[in-house]
Amino acid sequence: METILKIEQIEKYYGNKGNLTKAIDNISFDVEKKEFVAIMGASGSGKTTLLNCISTIDRVTSGHIYMNGNDITKLKGNALNRFRREELGFIFQDFNLLNTLTAYENIALALTIQGKKQKEIDQKVLAIAKKLNIVDILKKYPYQMSGGQKQRVASARAMITNPMLVLADEPTGALDSKSARMLLENFEYLNKELHATILMVTHDAFTASYASRVIFIKDGKIFHELQRGELSRKEFFDKIIDIVTLLGGDLNHVI
Amino acid sequence: MLFKLSIKNMKKSIKDYAIYFFTLILGVSIFYIFNSMETQTVFLEVTSSTREIIKMMISMLSGVSVFVSLILGFLIIYANRFLMKRRKKEFAIYMTLGMSKRKISQILFIETLLIGSVSLVVGLILGIGLSQLMSVLVANLFEADLSKFTFIFSWKAMIKTIIYFGVMYLLVMIFNTISVGRCKLIDLLQAHKKVERIKLKNPIFCTILFFVSTVCLGYCYYQVTKNAMSLNVHDIGKLMLLGSVSTFILFWSLSGILLKIFMSLKRLYYKNLNMFVLRQLASKVNTTVFSMTVISLMLFLTICILSSALSLKNSMTANLKELAPIDFQASKQKNLQNHEDKYGFQFTEEEIADSNISITETLEKLNIPKNYFQDDVITHYYSVQQLNYETTLGSKKEIIEKDFPVIRWDYQEILMTISDYNKLAKLLHQPTYQLQEDEYIVIADFEQMTNIRNLVLKEKPDLTLNGKTYHAKYDHCVDGFTEISSNHMNTGIYLVPDQAVNESMEIEEFFSANYRGQTKEEKYKIENLIQEPTDHGYEEGITTLSAVSKISIYEASVGLGAMVTFIGIYLGIIFLISSAAILALKELSESSDNKDRYMVLRKIGTDEKMIQHALFLQIACFFLLPLIVAIIHSIFGIQFANIILATFGTEQLLPSIIMTAIFLVFIYGGYFIITYFCSKNIIKEK
Repeated sequence: METILKIEQIEKYYGNKGNLTKAIDNISFDVEKKEFVAIMGASGSGKTTLLNCISTIDRVTSGHIYMNGNDITKLKGNALNRFRREELGFIFQDFNLLNTLTAYENIALALTIQGKKQKEIDQKVLAIAKKLNIVDILKKYPYQMSGGQKQRVASARAMITNPMLVLADEPTGALDSKSARMLLENFEYLNKELHATILMVTHDAFTASYASRVIFIKDGKIFHELQRGELSRKEFFDKIIDIVTLLGGDLNHVI
Repeated sequence: MLFKLSIKNMKKSIKDYAIYFFTLILGVSIFYIFNSMETQTVFLEVTSSTREIIKMMISMLSGVSVFVSLILGFLIIYANRFLMKRRKKEFAIYMTLGMSKRKISQILFIETLLIGSVSLVVGLILGIGLSQLMSVLVANLFEADLSKFTFIFSWKAMIKTIIYFGVMYLLVMIFNTISVGRCKLIDLLQAHKKVERIKLKNPIFCTILFFVSTVCLGYCYYQVTKNAMSLNVHDIGKLMLLGSVSTFILFWSLSGILLKIFMSLKRLYYKNLNMFVLRQLASKVNTTVFSMTVISLMLFLTICILSSALSLKNSMTANLKELAPIDFQASKQKNLQNHEDKYGFQFTEEEIADSNISITETLEKLNIPKNYFQDDVITHYYSVQQLNYETTLGSKKEIIEKDFPVIRWDYQEILMTISDYNKLAKLLHQPTYQLQEDEYIVIADFEQMTNIRNLVLKEKPDLTLNGKTYHAKYDHCVDGFTEISSNHMNTGIYLVPDQAVNESMEIEEFFSANYRGQTKEEKYKIENLIQEPTDHGYEEGITTLSAVSKISIYEASVGLGAMVTFIGIYLGIIFLISSAAILALKELSESSDNKDRYMVLRKIGTDEKMIQHALFLQIACFFLLPLIVAIIHSIFGIQFANIILATFGTEQLLPSIIMTAIFLVFIYGGYFIITYFCSKNIIKEK
């Protein structure tokens, strides 16, 4: 298997000498091509910081992140922006769609900023919309869509550039359970059929159970790692729940 | 504690306040400069007639200042409301922490006080500095010597500025207190969560409206240019209303159509961030059609006021050479006993007796000896009871009254003998004419009146005088004048053969001459000797002489031109900064609302250059759209002003239009650039 993302002993500190917070404390792991990885952890565990560092929105204090062999912690300025728009796809908790644009235009935006031709854009948007089953809402504005539809539009925007890695930050966080399931099924489809590599951050065991691997983070460190292997989703979910209980969240502190 | 909070707030939001602050300072300094004009002109060495005009200008400027302070007051309150809106969340936090509304009002009170006093101080300092430059301009316009530089500072203007702006700030405080009192916590907290609905207008309906508005505007344009002469005040009012409404509809429909057009140009639409910029604009134009209209109309007014005021000044003096070719002209009413019943008031015995003394004798009585003058010519005006507008123009009464409802039909026509006229015409460098025994000519140079007279003269009507009939020599008026003045004012004089009139019909006698002197100094010397007795003759009951001199006409028109220029510049600049400031504030507050959108663009990896370009395009369009409409309006507006002010002669339009453009570029462009840089700062990543 080919390694797409290689994270080497990264650390991220906040604050100053007197009051130092280690948001990420020496984390290393790899993501293989076509993998669907979930990162789990309670709030404050450092999982969003980790995602921000990978997506180059934030900078690491030390360590290296290699993407296809290139050290992205060394990128600067426009090279950073190019990396973001050509190699990465983003899906956010609050969708981050532009409310002045229609669904079609929101998806197309990811290509127009790459300077693609209009014909190519049109073909690609329609193709991805078909795959994600959003053709009939392409003309709608975000305020006319449900949360699930918005997130599928956002997924389409993330996928349309054929990114090496799709980063999803709590993608089901703002969705009801039905929409969440639909979205996750879409993710599965993207992963299995379109061979997208997905790195997803979540605190929800159900969401994580759709992944092929789950990495648990606590207090900025990797606490545990689960491989789904040949397990059914239900069995995988139960295993995740076991770890979550072990992680204990607040229970730890009670004792 | 509250004071500290206020100061911190201001420091924190200095970027948002920058434009507001900048506008306040500009407003204060302009207000000071124009109100300190009195002090600025005190030092000028000018003749007494110029001094009179300066006095008039100062009183007019202070009148205009009231109007200006209204505009500025409106602007300040409007701007303040904007800033308040931006701070809803901040107030919400104070309130959730348990701060009372009174305390919040106090914070705002302190802030307004601080901003107010700082802007007043800075504005006044700037104003005092700039008024030194202004005094050079004043001296230049009044053509006065400014050999010695004097530092000018006006206590009066300063106190006036402080009081006027103090009142405005007080109003702002009251408004703030009211709006804080009305706030509800839940609304404040959720202010930023409001979902914007994007309503696309029906494109067909928009297109129809667009054509309707352009047709209406076209009609207005046609009326004010090709048809301008036949408009009365009511028509102009109606046209202005129609024009304003059409402008509004134009913007409304444009906001719907433009997007549609660009959307159909797919290759352009889906290029870089064009789609984003256009959608941004469209979403804003939807909500700001009204303010766009107001701004566009204000800009239109600014351009018209500035360019006509500046050109008026130039042309007022341009006519003088032609229209005031001689140095001195005095006139005196004759045969007052005949006039008594006509005007309905009584003359004293003395006055009647005086009116029968000839003008040369009167001049001598006034201690103005004949040796002051050379080339002197005596001429006379005559009139007869039955010869008035009713009899001469009555045949076209209906047509004339439609266009000139205020015409006085009992106004008596003036007659002049051909030999008198020819004598005078030679002196005035005008063509002379010959008349047969039974012919007459009408001379006039006041354009509107010439047009009316030509309507009648086309049919060559006969004129009956003392039972004798005279035929018109020409079927139109002949260009010419008999009295020196600064502009074309001759409404019409009938030239008749010498034997057609007699002495008892005489109403006025004229004495026209040049001063006996070659150099400017010699002429000024005589002017000063004459001025005293001619100015006060009537008051002392000696005589009813009225006199004009080339020098006094010249000074009056220079002064009048300067006055118009000052008032034009004053109003123009205030209009300009008001509209630019409103646009800038609107754009800035949008930028901070749009911060999230730019964040999204960054997150999906848009180049910083592309983002800045998009922002620039967006702001540029927002500033340009009302300006373009205003400029199109102005093309016709200036022409109209030109026609209306034709009596003053507005020949030199180009330089004044260039001047106006310079004003526009500096002030409007300045606001644009500041807005762009502030917006760029706002959308920057933390």
